[in-house]
Amino acid sequence: MIDILLSLLILTGAIFTFIGSLGLARLRDFYTRLHGPTKATTLGVGCLLIASAVYFSVRDEGVSLHEVLVTLFLFITAPVSAHLLAKAALHLKVRSLTPTLKNSDDTPAHL
Amino acid sequence: MLSTVIPIAYALVSLAFLMSFWRLLRGPDAPDRILALDTLYVNTIALLVLLGIHLGNAIYFEAALLIAMMGFVGTIALCKYLLRGDIIE
Repeated sequence: MIDILLSLLILTGAIFTFIGSLGLARLRDFYTRLHGPTKATTLGVGCLLIASAVYFSVRDEGVSLHEVLVTLFLFITAPVSAHLLAKAALHLKVRSLTPTLKNSDDTPAHL
Repeated sequence: MLSTVIPIAYALVSLAFLMSFWRLLRGPDAPDRILALDTLYVNTIALLVLLGIHLGNAIYFEAALLIAMMGFVGTIALCKYLLRGDIIE
């Protein structure tokens, strides 16, 4: 039972990590590429860390808390670094594929 | 069950590692390269966690924790450099 749960968590984690990096490699401009690593990869590593916590808690017959520390740290820092990266890209005027709002004439009516 | 899943997970995470490395080498702009470095350290944490489960040794988490902290500081420092032209003002 624990074995199946662990396998499921590890497989989910590995697949999400893979999808995150696939997004980083394949998407077309920087602002879309930012989505892959910051969301999918964080979720993937979170799944792997939960699997590890379950594994060591069952094996050593005591709650294993190292992983919670790594998970907490990763989940706090990922949005911060994504925000700063987006800010740096806007500052450097990195090219975007979607049309951006250049002046007030382009602003949609509902805004 | 676990002994068949772990090699698959190794393969998937290694492929993710290679793709991030490709983006690090190719990335047209500086933020792309920083994002690739950020992804590389998260992938390293994933590999270390898998190694810990595979070998049944909890000591790898210390390394994972250190990489998580140092990687974050590195990303922030590089972004700060791009934004302000200086890291500590």
